[in-house]
This record gives sequence, structure tokens and C-alpha cells, in this order.
Amino acid sequence: MKRLQITIIAMAVLIAGCKQSATPALQPAKYGAKITEVGGSKQVAQVGSGLAQPVVVQVNGADGNPVVGALVAFHGEGVQFNPAQALTDASGQVTAAVQLGFNAGDYQIVAETPKSGGSSDSLTLHETALGYEQTLGQAVNAKYCIRCHDNESTPERVSNFDNLSPAPHLFTDGATLNRVSDADLTSLIAHGGAALGKSPQMPAYSSTLKPAEIKAVVAYMRTVADPPYQAPGVKYGK
Amino acid sequence: MSDEKNPVPLRSRPLLRELMIFGVVSFVLLISLAIAPSKNYFSDWRHHQNTFLKMASQRQNGTLVRSFQGGIHQTWIPKLGVVDRCETCHVNMTGALEGSYSQPYRKHPPIPHNLDEFGCTVCHRGQGVATSVEGAHYASESWEQPLLPARYLESGCGQCHLGEMEGTPRLNEGRQLLANMGCVHCHNVTQPDGNILKPTDDPPLLTRIAEKTTREWIYAWIKNPQAYAAQATMPNFSLSDQDAADISAFLISQSNPSTTSADETSLPAAKADASGVDKKATEAATLYGASFCSSCHAVQNAAGNLVGGTVGPELTRVGTKVNPAWLQRWLSNPPEYDPVTRMPHYRFDGKQLALLQGFLLAKKDDDFLPKAPLPAASGESIARGKKLVTEDGCAACHQINGVKAPQNFAPSLARVGSRALAQVVFAPGMKHTLPDYLAGKIRDPRSFGPGLKMPKFTLTDQQMDSLTTALLAQSDRAAGMPQEMIISAARTTDYHAGGDAGRLMEDLKCLSCHMINGNGGDMAPELTREGSSVQRAWLEEFLKNPNTLRPALIRRMPKFNLTPAETKILSDYILGAYQAPGFDSATLDQSKLNADAASRGKQLFYSKYGCQSCHIADYKNDKGYVGPALTSVGRRLTPVWTYKWLKDPATLRPRTLMPNFGLKDDEARDLTAFLMTLKAAQGGGK
Repeated sequence: MKRLQITIIAMAVLIAGCKQSATPALQPAKYGAKITEVGGSKQVAQVGSGLAQPVVVQVNGADGNPVVGALVAFHGEGVQFNPAQALTDASGQVTAAVQLGFNAGDYQIVAETPKSGGSSDSLTLHETALGYEQTLGQAVNAKYCIRCHDNESTPERVSNFDNLSPAPHLFTDGATLNRVSDADLTSLIAHGGAALGKSPQMPAYSSTLKPAEIKAVVAYMRTVADPPYQAPGVKYGK
Repeated sequence: MSDEKNPVPLRSRPLLRELMIFGVVSFVLLISLAIAPSKNYFSDWRHHQNTFLKMASQRQNGTLVRSFQGGIHQTWIPKLGVVDRCETCHVNMTGALEGSYSQPYRKHPPIPHNLDEFGCTVCHRGQGVATSVEGAHYASESWEQPLLPARYLESGCGQCHLGEMEGTPRLNEGRQLLANMGCVHCHNVTQPDGNILKPTDDPPLLTRIAEKTTREWIYAWIKNPQAYAAQATMPNFSLSDQDAADISAFLISQSNPSTTSADETSLPAAKADASGVDKKATEAATLYGASFCSSCHAVQNAAGNLVGGTVGPELTRVGTKVNPAWLQRWLSNPPEYDPVTRMPHYRFDGKQLALLQGFLLAKKDDDFLPKAPLPAASGESIARGKKLVTEDGCAACHQINGVKAPQNFAPSLARVGSRALAQVVFAPGMKHTLPDYLAGKIRDPRSFGPGLKMPKFTLTDQQMDSLTTALLAQSDRAAGMPQEMIISAARTTDYHAGGDAGRLMEDLKCLSCHMINGNGGDMAPELTREGSSVQRAWLEEFLKNPNTLRPALIRRMPKFNLTPAETKILSDYILGAYQAPGFDSATLDQSKLNADAASRGKQLFYSKYGCQSCHIADYKNDKGYVGPALTSVGRRLTPVWTYKWLKDPATLRPRTLMPNFGLKDDEARDLTAFLMTLKAAQGGGK
């Protein structure tokens, strides 16, 4: 009889111990109603590396004011967060460093906060990872394309975008560029606008860039397109 | 023989016990014989190959299924020492089965190399011969051959490619940091081709430091350099107050006696002059801007952002640092104080010197200096300071009187990318892998144990990743790479011009910004072929009064206030010495550059090639902001240069943005004819 008692006590202690050793889930001190982005989406980084800026989200209550102590959890396939879950700080915000996965392309980050009724509110952010080819494309873009195909101006690199008519397409303009096939984009870059009945302001780059570099620029354009580019053809996957 | 005589009677049937033993032994033997085939049968790779075949047949890809060869797939490349069996499981590397799959069925992303020529482990590391998932990728902590995390993958490229490449920004940045953050002052980084990375920073000499600054400033600076200049490359040595006081005492005491006489210090601007203070400040700021100091020096603006270049030190708090008399002497002739400085000798007049001196001295932040007075510099304190300076290796970077530059002060990093983990002492709590060790050493070197000398550098997370990438490229595999596979970095030369012009160019520090014959900076255009490019009248005018050629570029060459004689020496030398082969009167028949050709060229310029989208030929109509304005190009460039440039710009200036349009000879000639008619007065019409 005594032996049985001891066994039961030992088992109870063991179970309690097991419970404690499991990772403690953060308990929200308060509940918010709405989660919004403060900053950090639409960044571009190389595969497997960290984003330059952290992702910052804010939880607001039903009255629209920031909520302190609300729980925010981040998810994303292949993405690592530091921290993966946290309570909002004094200004109602959570800041997380983000490391992208090993595959090039679009990454979705979901930030989620539980609401008081048991449901939750979530927010989806997009980030872009560049593989070798896209990185090369980014370098070619930064040297040759960006002066006309980017409307952002800095004192060191004044944009030529506004001086051109018809205006060049921004590479992020997925609505337009996603409809142009890889082959057409490649010949536009290689043979210039005039050869394809477009504006002669787009020079021919076939004597300047190697075929691999043109392919890389197209790959880069596809990666930064917004809305994201979907390759044509049958889609299989596991 | 006795056996025959007394034969043991034969039993027809074995005992039950014997049968049982026999049975058990046979069973054990059978089981042990079955272990090998069953291990093979249930292996990871067989499972992955079967799954792949199942997927392929589901996709009705019969050809793929029929042509698939099962078994171990091995890539053997003797000259690289590669024996990789990765493709046994990673069966879809070429993307034969279309679609996106998770590993191990993913297609390899496009890279410039053929996988069969290099194998996998050259770039990814890991154990190539392993045929189990664990063995190939990792086994446990302290595994000698784990896979390389993706963020450091560019280190694989860096084993053969020793120079800059467009597709490897991390590796490029890492190597630049090794040279620029001072790492290679103490560590040896020998590349596989025998090239030893050289420092590209310019640590100031300390042999005359007492002229330049005070002991209080030295004290505050060595305690925390980044508090004075956020981007300072000088690391933090975590010095105690006592250490800093002793080192500052020693550095002042070792300095050569000042040569500044007292009367030099009195300047017109130094006198209190209530009238026109605001006007002077504006004038001084204008002079600072017009001298393009900000091309090299940064200053913190009101919003706290650094604005300006990183060639010279940040000037936000320079008034707290420098001795006014020294500043005046420095501004009037920098190479006189430091012959190897990158700062040019501007020919400022007395009034300009006073203006600039006042402007810079006003940039003060006295909070930076120590609050309490330092203890007096006793002999004991100086001796201890000297000991600390010697031990901390200050002389590895700086020139100091009485302290020799240490040799082999820090471990060689030539093969650090393959350092055996058994020889590595990890900091408590860190993951036991080589990349984590290297990153940890860069992040916080002194956390690895007491008494370590490596100081703490101020780097961003991305810079630390880049440095780790560059160090991982210094592997045993790289060192043993066949020499024909190594692609060396472009070698810089130690070219310097000769003669009077050479002396003048040394004084003006032309090579700080311009590259000539493989030596120099990259801030301004290369001048190796400048003599073939420009016309004499334009060049002389430009040297006298430099103006920018590019409508949207704020930065330009500063005005050095050259004398007419100096201008002539420089122009003669540039036009005589910096000529390129193939630029002579025989290259282009200039008689064909007539009005007809010019009108055809104008057509080509505006209609066929749309040159106006980047260039301005006529200020009234054209708006192109990318390339130089061409309104007076007929006065600036030679016809031969223009013709050859139009035909192939990148061979003349490799970094140019101008595309090669593949022009035919007559098109290039007609365009040249048109451009040579553009002779507006410089800057005219704007």
C-alpha cells in the first residue's frame, strides 16, 4: 500500500515537472481588436539572410488606441522571427527581427493577435528573398536600369523617370509587367524599344549585357513585381 | 589410428538441445545477414527515389520514369577532391520534373556553373560521401562538416573568385571591410593566389599628435571612438579610466615637439568681430560647400543623419578635437603634416583659411571631453601608457615614436574558413559551428575569455554576415584549388606620375579620387586615357574653373586655385602622357564630318537612338538627366574619342552606364559629326 502511494506521488511530481519544462506560452495581459503594420514590409534581402529593418506591428483596441500587453505571434513558412511571439510594449508595438528562408521569391509573414472573444485578428506582410540570379539582376538593375525605371531620386542618383514620355514602367508594376512574357521582356531589353514598336528611348542592351545578365534582370523584375508574378504553365507541387 | 579401432558410436539423431542451439545460431546468422540488405532497402535515399518516381508517374511523365536510373548517384571530380552523392536524394536538380517541390525534390536555382563540373560540397559544404540525411547535412554539434547556412553561401564563390563580382554583394562587402576596418593591419589574409589583402584605411600617424589635439580629447576618443564619430573605424578597446589616462599621457609625451610658433595662432577670424558674424558664417558655409569637403567628410545634420563621404573623418565635433593653430596649418597644406594623406592641398588664401577655420572650430561638442581634469602625466603613468600601447598593438595601425609595429600580432586568417573545431574555444552558450564562432568573434571578441586582445568593432548585423562570408572563403579547399581555377582580383598598381606634373599631382592628391593606370580612387572618372579624350582649351579652362558636366549631379571637382603655370604643367602632362593606342589622326577620316553627316547624325540622335532620353543636346527641348550635357561637347571632346566612344563605351571606361548600341561605322561617324557641331559656351542656355 505504501509502495503504491509513493509511486503515485512520484508520478504526480514527474507530470508536474514535465509541464514546467515545456515552453511556457506567453499569456496576454490585455486583448486588442485590430493589428496594423508600422513598418518593415516589402523589403528585399538575399536568401537566408536577415532583413535590414525589423518588422514592427501595432495592436489597437476597439477605440483605436494602442493596447499595451497584447500578445502578437509571427508565422511564416521558412521564416525565422526573433522573437516569434511577444507582448506589445508601452506604445502598443512589437518589433521582430526577420530572417528569410532558403528559397528565392515572395515570403508571407502573418502577425496574429488574439481578441477577447477567442477569435483573433491577423495581418499579412510580404517580403522578397533574392537568390543568386535575382541578386545579379539587382546589381545590373542598380547600374543600368534604375535611373529611368525607378522614380525615387537621391542627390547622388537623380531619377530620370519624370523626364521621359512615355513614362517607363517601374519594375514593381506587376499589373503591367506580369502580362509580358519572359521572351518578350528579354527581346525588349536586348533589342530596345524601337525594334519592338515601343519607345526608342529604351536602348538596346544586347551589345552591353551578356544573355545571362539579361535573364537575371528579368528574374529580378519577376521577384519584385507587385502583385506577385505567377509563372505560366501547369502548377504542380508537393 | 586408435579412432578406427574404437569408433565412437554414431547417433542417428541429434539431441534436442543441440537442435535448439543450431536453430538459434542459424536464426541469428540469418538476421545478421539480413541487416545489410534491409538497411539498404529501408535507406533514406531509396525512399526519396521511390517517392520521386511515384510523383513522376502521377504527372504522367513516363519518359522520366523509364529513363530514371536508381541507385547511388555520385559526382567524382578528382582535381577538386569532390566525391558527392547528394544527387542520390536530390534527384530533381536539373528540374526534369516540372513544378515546385519541397526538398529533396527542388530544382537547383540558376547559377553560372554546371553542377557536374563542381559538385555540391564545394559551395554548400556538408559531407558529400554520406548516404544518410543526417550524415550528409549534420550529425550533432561540433560536426566537422556541417552544411553551410544559406546566408554565407557566397563564401563558396570566394574560394576561386578573389575579386569583386556583381552577383556576390555579401562577399564583396566582407572583403572591403577586411581591408577597410583595419583587420588586415593585425591579421594576415593571404588569398589562394598568394595575394595578401592590404589595408585601404589610412590610420593617422601619432608621431606629431600633440600639435593636433589635446590629451583630454585623446582620452575621450580612445575610451569610445564611436561617441565622437559614429562611423569611426577605430575599434573600442574597453579601456578603464586609468588605462585611457596613461595611454593619453604617453601619446602626448612621445609626440615630436610642436613646430608651431605662437604668432601663427593669431588669425583675423579668431579675433572677436561682432559685426557681420552671420554674414561670415554664411560665407564660410558656402566655401565649405564649394570646396566639396562633403565629398570626403561627413557631418551630422539637424535630424541626426550623417551627410557626406567616408574618405576622411567625420567633422561633426571637430572643433572639440583640433588645436586651432594646427587646423590652420593643416588646411593650408595637408601633405606638409602627413605626406601620405588623401587630402589635397587646396590653395586657399588667408581670408578663406580664416573662414574655414572658424567654420570648423564652431563644430564643437564639449560634452565629449572628460568632465573631471585628468591626473597629471607622471613618469610612471607615461611608462604604463607605453606598456599598454605596446601590448594592445596600437602600432600595428599607427605610427608611434618609440614603439615598433608588432609582427605576427594576431593569428593568420589565411585558412580560417576551415579551422578545425577541435582547436576552437567557444564562448559559453554559443552554437558549436564554425560560422557561429566566426560571427561571434567579430561581434564581441572579448566575450570568449579574459585577457583577449582583439578589440570590439562597431558593425551592423549585415556587415558581420559579410565579414563572416569573406572569412569562410579562406578555406583549405580554396588553398588547394588548382591554380588554373583561381580568378585573381584586378591588381592595383603603385603608379605615380613623374616630373613636375607628378609632384603637382601628388600635392593635389589627384589619385585620391581619380584612377590612373591602375592606381587611385573611384570617386571621379578614370584619367588613364584622358589625353586622347579632351581638347586642350577645354581642359585648361576646366582645371582653372571646374564645373560639373552632369546637369543633376551636385558633386564636382573642387577648385584648387591653380596658378596659370600649374595649369599649363598639368594640361601638358595629361595631353601628352595619358594617350591611348588607336586614337590618332588615321583612326577617323575627319574630312567626312561635314554638314550632311551632321544632319544625318541629328536624325539618329533624336529619332533612332533616342539619345535625348539621357543627354541634353539642346537645353530648350531635351531633358535627359543621366549622362553629361552635350551642349558644348564639340568644344570638350576630340572627334576620334567621340567616334570610338560611341562604338564601344565600356572598353574606354568599364564602369560607364552608357550602353553599347552596336552602331555601324557610318552611324558612329554621322553622330560624331553632329556632336562636334554642339559648341555652345559652357553652361550656356541653362
